[in-house]
Amino acid sequence: MRGALLLLAVGSAMAADIDFTRDVQPILAENCVRCHGPNAPMAGLRLDGQPKPSSVILTRVTASDPKVRMPMGGPALTGAKVDVIRQWVLGGGKHWAFVPPVKPKAAGIDALMVEKLTHEGLKMSPEADRATLLRRASLDIIGLPPTPAELDAFLTDQRPNAWERQIDRLLASPYYGERWGRVWLDAARYADSNGYEKDAPRYVWFYRDWVINALNRDLPYNQFIIEQIAGDLLPNATQDQKVATGFLRNSMLNEEGGVDPEQFRMEAMYDRMDAIGKGILGITIQCAQCHDHKYDPLTQEEYYRLFAFVNDTHDANITVYTPAQQAKREALLRRIGELQAKAPAIPPDQTDWRVLKLTVDDISTGGERELPLADGSMLAQGYAPTKHTVEFTAPSELDTVAAVRLELLTHPSLPGGGPGRSIKGMGALTEFTVDVAYPDAPMKFEKIKIARATADINPPETPLDPVFDDKSGRKRVTGPIEFALDGKDETSWGIDAGPGRRNQARKAVFELETPLKNAKNAIFRIRLKQNAGGSNSDDNENHNLGRIRLSISSTPDPVVTPPVDPAVEALWREYPEGTTQLVLMDRGSDHRQTHILNRGDFLQPGRVVEPGTPAFLHPSQGKDRLSFARWLVDPKSPTTARSIVNRVWQQYFGIGIVATAENFGTQADAPSNQALLDWLAVDFMENGWSLKKLQKTIAMSATYRQSSNATPELLSKDPDNRLLARGPRFRVDAEVVHDIALSASGLLNREIGGPSVYPPAPAFLFKPPASYGPKMWKVEEGPERYRRALYTFRFRSVPFPTLQAFDAPNGEMACVRRARSNTPLQALSTLNEPLFVEAAQALARRVLKEGGATDRERVAYAFRLATARVPAADESAVLLGLLEKEDHRIADGWVGAKELGGTVEPPAGTTPRQVAAWTAVARVILNLDETITKE
Amino acid sequence: MDPKQITRRWFFEQCGVGLGAAALAQLFAESGFAAQQPHFAPKAKRVIFLFMAGAPSHLELFDRKPQLAKFDGTLPPPELLKGYRAAFINPNSKLLGPKFGFKTYGKSGTELGELLPHLGEIVDDVAIVKSMVTDAFNHAPGQLLMNTGTMQFGRPSMGAWVLYGLGSETKDLPGFVVFSSGSKGPSGGDSCWGSGFLPTFYQGVQFRTGGDPVLYLSNPPGVDRELQRDSLDALNQLNTMRAGVTGDPEIQTRINSFEMAFRMQAVAPDLMDISKEPKETLEMYGAEPGKASFANNCLLARRLVEKGVRFVQLYHEAWDQHSNLVKDLQKNCVNTDQASAALIKDLKRRGLLDDTLVIWGGEFGRTPMVQGGSDGRDHHPNAFTMWMAGGGIKAGARLGETDDLGFNVVKDRVHVHDLHATMLHLLGFDHTRLTYKFQGRNFRLTDVAGSVVKELLA
Repeated sequence: MRGALLLLAVGSAMAADIDFTRDVQPILAENCVRCHGPNAPMAGLRLDGQPKPSSVILTRVTASDPKVRMPMGGPALTGAKVDVIRQWVLGGGKHWAFVPPVKPKAAGIDALMVEKLTHEGLKMSPEADRATLLRRASLDIIGLPPTPAELDAFLTDQRPNAWERQIDRLLASPYYGERWGRVWLDAARYADSNGYEKDAPRYVWFYRDWVINALNRDLPYNQFIIEQIAGDLLPNATQDQKVATGFLRNSMLNEEGGVDPEQFRMEAMYDRMDAIGKGILGITIQCAQCHDHKYDPLTQEEYYRLFAFVNDTHDANITVYTPAQQAKREALLRRIGELQAKAPAIPPDQTDWRVLKLTVDDISTGGERELPLADGSMLAQGYAPTKHTVEFTAPSELDTVAAVRLELLTHPSLPGGGPGRSIKGMGALTEFTVDVAYPDAPMKFEKIKIARATADINPPETPLDPVFDDKSGRKRVTGPIEFALDGKDETSWGIDAGPGRRNQARKAVFELETPLKNAKNAIFRIRLKQNAGGSNSDDNENHNLGRIRLSISSTPDPVVTPPVDPAVEALWREYPEGTTQLVLMDRGSDHRQTHILNRGDFLQPGRVVEPGTPAFLHPSQGKDRLSFARWLVDPKSPTTARSIVNRVWQQYFGIGIVATAENFGTQADAPSNQALLDWLAVDFMENGWSLKKLQKTIAMSATYRQSSNATPELLSKDPDNRLLARGPRFRVDAEVVHDIALSASGLLNREIGGPSVYPPAPAFLFKPPASYGPKMWKVEEGPERYRRALYTFRFRSVPFPTLQAFDAPNGEMACVRRARSNTPLQALSTLNEPLFVEAAQALARRVLKEGGATDRERVAYAFRLATARVPAADESAVLLGLLEKEDHRIADGWVGAKELGGTVEPPAGTTPRQVAAWTAVARVILNLDETITKE
Repeated sequence: MDPKQITRRWFFEQCGVGLGAAALAQLFAESGFAAQQPHFAPKAKRVIFLFMAGAPSHLELFDRKPQLAKFDGTLPPPELLKGYRAAFINPNSKLLGPKFGFKTYGKSGTELGELLPHLGEIVDDVAIVKSMVTDAFNHAPGQLLMNTGTMQFGRPSMGAWVLYGLGSETKDLPGFVVFSSGSKGPSGGDSCWGSGFLPTFYQGVQFRTGGDPVLYLSNPPGVDRELQRDSLDALNQLNTMRAGVTGDPEIQTRINSFEMAFRMQAVAPDLMDISKEPKETLEMYGAEPGKASFANNCLLARRLVEKGVRFVQLYHEAWDQHSNLVKDLQKNCVNTDQASAALIKDLKRRGLLDDTLVIWGGEFGRTPMVQGGSDGRDHHPNAFTMWMAGGGIKAGARLGETDDLGFNVVKDRVHVHDLHATMLHLLGFDHTRLTYKFQGRNFRLTDVAGSVVKELLA
């Protein structure tokens, strides 16, 4: 809600961009021209007419020595006017944000704040008390409230650097990466599902954990960006650096039946550009997708040149391993390599195979799309039905045909590289049939009898994985290649060789009973029946082939199944099961060209453009993605450092120095204190782009440590607290609301990282008609139930209700500035939602166990767990009154003790009645405005 | 005195502190004062949108095409298919004649599919547009376009825009409520009723007919109404004390939010309980208390707008007839026709139709070409039909024409943007001026397009 009327507060201060006639000339005319006019100008400097901007003007109007400061003998110019002069001078007429920041003379946050406040006739508020300060910093830096022990340690610490020690402690905490990781994940539009209609789950939590770890080890921000844009292109790129490119892959994916995959690849590309614009550059560049930017100096051509840096990529899906798995994997591979060095080599295919030029029957695919590739293979994309039969036709280029070969090929876009489309990149072939028609009767197909099939993998009969359960109750299996010829719907040729050997190309050869003679120009019709999938095509239950190629040969050429070495097999069985992760992958020599798209329509490609950077910014050193990544974080990049320091500032103070954190362009809100922004940005870069150092600088400032209490005067002068004559006070982010309740109650599971979890949520949300398709949401019954909200599984189309109520974005697009609403649905969430109720019950038990002997002590303890302070006497009285009343109502049977207090065993020496009465009190404490507010 | 001044004074008296921008905005929204000044006198004060998700076939229901019947089983003219993209079928598929007959209804002698006899009873109150077009031919993008004016995610839905424009008229309920019935949820998911970059106060709140109508509306086990009241009293006291110390007006907003939640707890279950509706009313809708159905939702929509809810949207996601065209259309019409018509009748007899705009339609139409054997149609963006009633719509208006196959619009084309422009016009807004500044530019529901369809205005 705060956003709505923001403009009232600062809109009058100055215009977003500097127009000389409108903004600068009046200031000069009023303050300077009397002495620096046409008649005997002082020092020969004339500031009437259209003077050239000169740094001396800025130096003199900002000087602190009144003997030097201009206007001589008059009051100093107001901060707003100084900012106008600054922009005019530094920009040489250019929009301020497009000129790299220069460190202003006055150093440090407080000096620059005081300067500004003095101009506005305000002064700083006194420092907040220690408990408030520690809670403020804990919520800001690690997103969790301080424990009583942490509070006590700080309150009794007499050392002069007590505060600094706390800040250092918090910045070194592993929870720092979780808190700030979530902030970055907003910009990275992170979610655990594909979005759009199907919104199937996806596996990207490795990226989420990469972000947490990168922040915890304070990976310099420039490196942090380079790895996310082009980590895969770094020399000897590690798995981590590849995973980092998941940033760009967090775009949504439309797998609705019948989509054109290229259309939605382009949508994803636009989304990536938007994320780079808002998340890294702090410039909204979207407009130029369809036409030249109306306000900022970005042409449509320049937009597509930026686009070209990122467009020449595969949307890849790789298998990734935890560090422990990686170690195990390396050891196993070494052992296997040693053993296999002695094994006989597998002979290559002997015959000349002629690749069939396939035409797909669009209807047969059931909404899946087959994309022809240059080598004659077909890549399945888009919707993946769980059961279908794909039909191809192709002319024979051979006179005699004795065998047909089916190759299952890998491709970067397939899960784990394929060759199938299941979560693990597997597929299964239920039935293989070939018909032939001759040119004289092209529609008259005859079935060709197949004598024998051989394949390079022939697994034993194995029941289908439960994910492929089609709810038919039939026993369905995969097994050797014969299963593709047995006419049975329940049996399919399977290719899953287990972890480590799963994702590789496979082939099968089908020998015809009688070789076809005079087959030249005959038409083959080949059907690949794939019925080994599950019941729900809206989820990841497909078991389809991903990329196939068909060839024919004049001589039968059976495939040799490689011999099995039991020792090697035993090792493979130990191989760890990885997880898949969406990443970017270079296309190698298979370049993809970028066209300017007329009106942003992918069906209207215009001129081809080369990668390049816009003329109004510094040039890039190269045309590859890595050069682009480096360009983004070049110190000459005028908005990159400003944009991130502004966002960090926004987290601390509730509003950025530039309120429109996503846009520093000419239409942006003017900075409330540009000198401060520039100082922070330059200081940040000078300190090795260290986010932790930046945060420490902020947290150490007197500005940050002010009391947030507002006086009516301050409220009327600066309702949105943009000038910061008081400390920040605002409701914390959705995840922190959740984590405070879990932390105060003692339920919080502090484990870091791993797959996303499923805390309680109403089951109906994940079923039609609330959700489009049925979604898996198996509520955690173990400790995973109480993980930090960061780990809650995020379906884009069904946002987790309590997080949504508190304005968590749903990952549909980059978000660098959350709304901060205050609504009845929030009240219903914290009052009634099961997890919050469990937290109240747990807090009740905790208080009875640890909170002291008297009710007054217990109230104080509970209150302190939630708010970090001891309640005043009148506050205690309210809670004690509630305790007494509800205790009576429980005793009188109006309220059921176990219903209210829960069924967990009460702490030793206490009764369910006590737990229930304290649950009522704890629930109120957890619902206080103060509890979910940073003061 | 200007109502804003009254509020302002009340606020100062109540809070004893200066006026927080957020608190003020919230207060205006809650108190039913228009968030924006209407540009002219509104004809409609509220909207009920019956969203037939999945996209119903215009060819069976509204747009009678004898030529399509005649050419059943033949290929469409090639020039028609130039540049045409279909979702599932090869566009060069055989034409499929309409599966149902048409009948003439009302004094106006309007032709409607025989599956819509109830609509036939009120057809003279209704404006029908047979010349709708859209840009999307996949469901999620199509539904987003119909709801937000763009195929991209992240924009406010029309309900959010309307609430932003007109504010809420209820202190006890959300101003924008969404119901869902049919076989599944809408393809566009939650974003169909999202607030985009507008404050989340404006986003649609999903109600459901079974269990808690609103998420977490019920008190948790062991908490009775009195305990809830006691808890709120304690919260209010403590929050008020804190407001005294911190001087933050946002705390008053929080107190208001909790109180509204408490009122909602009392009001919503009663409101959702249709068992006390007269038998005649229940029968008119075909509603059955305790059952989840489109009919129940229609009746609930009327009950909600009576209480001041500004925008009610009913999704019925069931119309994606790639196959089973005959059976499913029959079923869908049985499930929706009577209730849709009953809603119009009911609003009319209560005097609510004059200022309630009702809109019926899906995200696109269906192909004149067959999908599969002979019982399905694919997605078709080039032409479809919607109808509207009440709220300043010209009763009996008939607009637009398609070609002989129902493939392209040939007369009075109405794009989704034009529908939005017209809806906003009826609500008192010039669609080009109801804007919200975000990322440095003014955004609007109609993006950079749209014009008011004058022919539809009473």
